[in-house]
Amino acid sequence: MSAPVAETAPRKSGSMSGLRETWFYFSQNRGAVAGLVIMSLLVLIAIFSPWIAPHDPARIYNGSFLVPPVWQEGGDARFVFGTDAIGRDILSRLMHGARYSMLIGAVVVSISLVGGIVLGLIAGYFRGWVDALIMRIMDIILAFPSLLLALVLVTVLGPGLFNAMLAIALVLQPHFARLTRAAVIAEYSREYVTSAKVAGAGHLRLMFVTILPNCVAPLIVQATLSFSSAILDAAALGFLGLGAQPPAPEWGTMLADAREFILRAWWVITIPGLAILVTVLAINLIGDGLRDALDPKLKRS
Amino acid sequence: MLRYFLYRLALLIPTFIGVTIVAFFFIRILPGDPVQVLAGERGVSPERHAEVLARLGFDRPLWEQYFSYLWNVLRGDFGISFASKRPVAQEFFSRFPATVELALCAMIIATALGIPAGILAAVKRGTWIDQATMGTALVGYSMPIFWWGMLLIILFSGILHWTPVSGRIALNYFFPSVTGFMLIDSLLSGQKGAFLSALHYLVLPTVVLATIPLAVIARQTRSAMLEVLGEDYVRTARAKGLQPRRIIGIHALRNAMIPVITTIGLQVGLLMAGAILTETIFSWPGIGKWMIEAVNKRDYFVVQSGLLLIALIIMAVNLIVDVLYAVINPRIRHQ
Repeated sequence: MSAPVAETAPRKSGSMSGLRETWFYFSQNRGAVAGLVIMSLLVLIAIFSPWIAPHDPARIYNGSFLVPPVWQEGGDARFVFGTDAIGRDILSRLMHGARYSMLIGAVVVSISLVGGIVLGLIAGYFRGWVDALIMRIMDIILAFPSLLLALVLVTVLGPGLFNAMLAIALVLQPHFARLTRAAVIAEYSREYVTSAKVAGAGHLRLMFVTILPNCVAPLIVQATLSFSSAILDAAALGFLGLGAQPPAPEWGTMLADAREFILRAWWVITIPGLAILVTVLAINLIGDGLRDALDPKLKRS
Repeated sequence: MLRYFLYRLALLIPTFIGVTIVAFFFIRILPGDPVQVLAGERGVSPERHAEVLARLGFDRPLWEQYFSYLWNVLRGDFGISFASKRPVAQEFFSRFPATVELALCAMIIATALGIPAGILAAVKRGTWIDQATMGTALVGYSMPIFWWGMLLIILFSGILHWTPVSGRIALNYFFPSVTGFMLIDSLLSGQKGAFLSALHYLVLPTVVLATIPLAVIARQTRSAMLEVLGEDYVRTARAKGLQPRRIIGIHALRNAMIPVITTIGLQVGLLMAGAILTETIFSWPGIGKWMIEAVNKRDYFVVQSGLLLIALIIMAVNLIVDVLYAVINPRIRHQ
C-alpha cells in the first residue's frame, strides 16, 4: 500500500479553501458522487429503519416460509424481497441490517483511527527505541492475514458483534499507525515545526496541534477504505458464525442462515449479499474519489 | 546475493519471535482453566488434571514455558490435535497442497488477466474501455467473496448444472496421492477423465479466490503504467518514432512491473484469508477449512499452530519475493 503522503504545508488561507478545493475535485468524479449519494441513502435508511421498514425484522409470519420476491411467480405483495426460511420479511431485515453495517464501520474506524494515530504520533515523534518497539508490534500484527487474526481473536474473546468489531479494529489499526508515523516523520523537520518548538510548544502541543493537522489527508483516505474493509470482514465473521449472532439481521449472519437454502431459494442468498456489495462499493468509490482529490500529484497532471 | 538474502532473513527474526509469542499466548489467554478448556466438555478427574497440567508444562514459569514452546516449534513439533490425536504438523501438511493448488491457480488467473487489463486501461486512459475495466475492477475489489462463491454455485451448479457444488474430484476416481496436487496426480494416474473431473471441481473456487487479487493487480498495473508513461524515457522513445507497441511492451512495461510484482507478493496474505472463506463455501479440504473446523471444535492446539504456520509461510513467501525482486532490480540489492 503506497498511500500518498500529503505534501501540503500548513495552509495559509485557512482550511475553508482547502476543503472547497477538495470538494471541487471530488465533485468532478462522477463515481465518487454516486458513491456519496448511495452512502447517504444507506445512512438515512439505517437511521429511520424502525419507521420505514414495512415489518418488524424479527416478526415470523407463519405459513409464509421462503416466499419469493414480489416480481416472481408466487410472490406476495406484502413481502417485496420475499421472506426467509422461517417467514421473516427480507426487506425489513435488510433495512435494519443497514444499522449494523453503519455501526460496525463507525465503531471499528473510530477505534483503529484513534489507536493508530496515537501510536503513530508517538513513534514518529520520539523515534528511537519507542519507535522501533511500536513498529515491530505493528509488523507482527501485519504478519498475519487480517481475517485469520480476527478469527483467532474472536475465538479467545468469544463470538459476538462487539468482540468481532474489537478484533477487526485491532487488525486494521497498524495501517493508521504506519501512515501517521510516515507523515509525522516527513513533517517533523519542516520549518513550521521548528518554529513552534523554538516558541516553546510542549510535546503534546507539537504532536497534536502543530503536526497532526498536516497529516490528515492520507488518514482520511485510509479511514474510508477501512470503513469498507470493516463491513466486509464483519460480514465474513458473521457468515462464519463468529460475528453478530442470529436472529440479529446483520447481513453476513443472514447469509449464514440462508446457506442451506442456496439451491432452493436464490433470493435469500442473492439479496443480502447484494446489499453488502452495494454498500462496500459505494464506500470504495468515495475512497477513490477522496484519494484523487487529496493527492497533489494527480491534480497537477 | 547471499549476503542480501541473509540480511533479509535476519530482519525477519524479530517478527518471527513476535509471531511465536502471539501463538504462545493465544493458548494462555483463553478464559478459564487451561486443562478444562483443552479437554472440552468431557471433564477430567483431579489426578488427570494435575497430570495434564504437568505434561503441558503449565505449572512452570511463563518464560520457561515460552522457551520450551519455541524450541518445540524450531524442531517442527507443533503439538497434538485434541480432535484427531495426530500431530498438528502432519495434519497441516496433509491439507496444505490442496490450498496451494487452489491459491496457485487463482494467482495465475489473477496475474494473467489482471496485468493485461491494467495495461489496456492505462493505454486507453479516459475512454469507455478504461472506465469499464476499472469499474469492473472496483466491483471485484468490493466483493464479499463468500457471497460471490454462493452466487456462482446458484448459477453454474444450480441452474446450468455445469460444475459440482463441493469437493476436489468426483468420487468414482481413486488414485494414490503422489504430489498432493489433484491436477498433477490425476494426470499421473492415467485414468480417463480424471484430470477433467479435477479441473471441473477446481474452476469455481479458483474464480472466487482470484477475484480480489485480480482486481488489485489490474488497478495497480494501471496506475503503475500511467506513472511510467509520463516519464522522460518514454517520451524520448516516442520522439525517436518507435512503434507504440514497442514503447508500451518494452520501455514502459518493464519499469511498470516493479510495483506490480511487489503487489503480487503482498497478495499471499490476502489469498490465505480468502482461502478460509472459499474453502468453507466449496468444502475444499485445505487448511482454511481445517482452521474453521478447529475453531468450531475448540481444538486449540490446531488453531494455535495453524495460525503460526500460516504466518510463517507468508513470511517465507514474502522473503522469496523480496529476494527475487532484488535479483530483478540491482538498485535494491546495493542499497
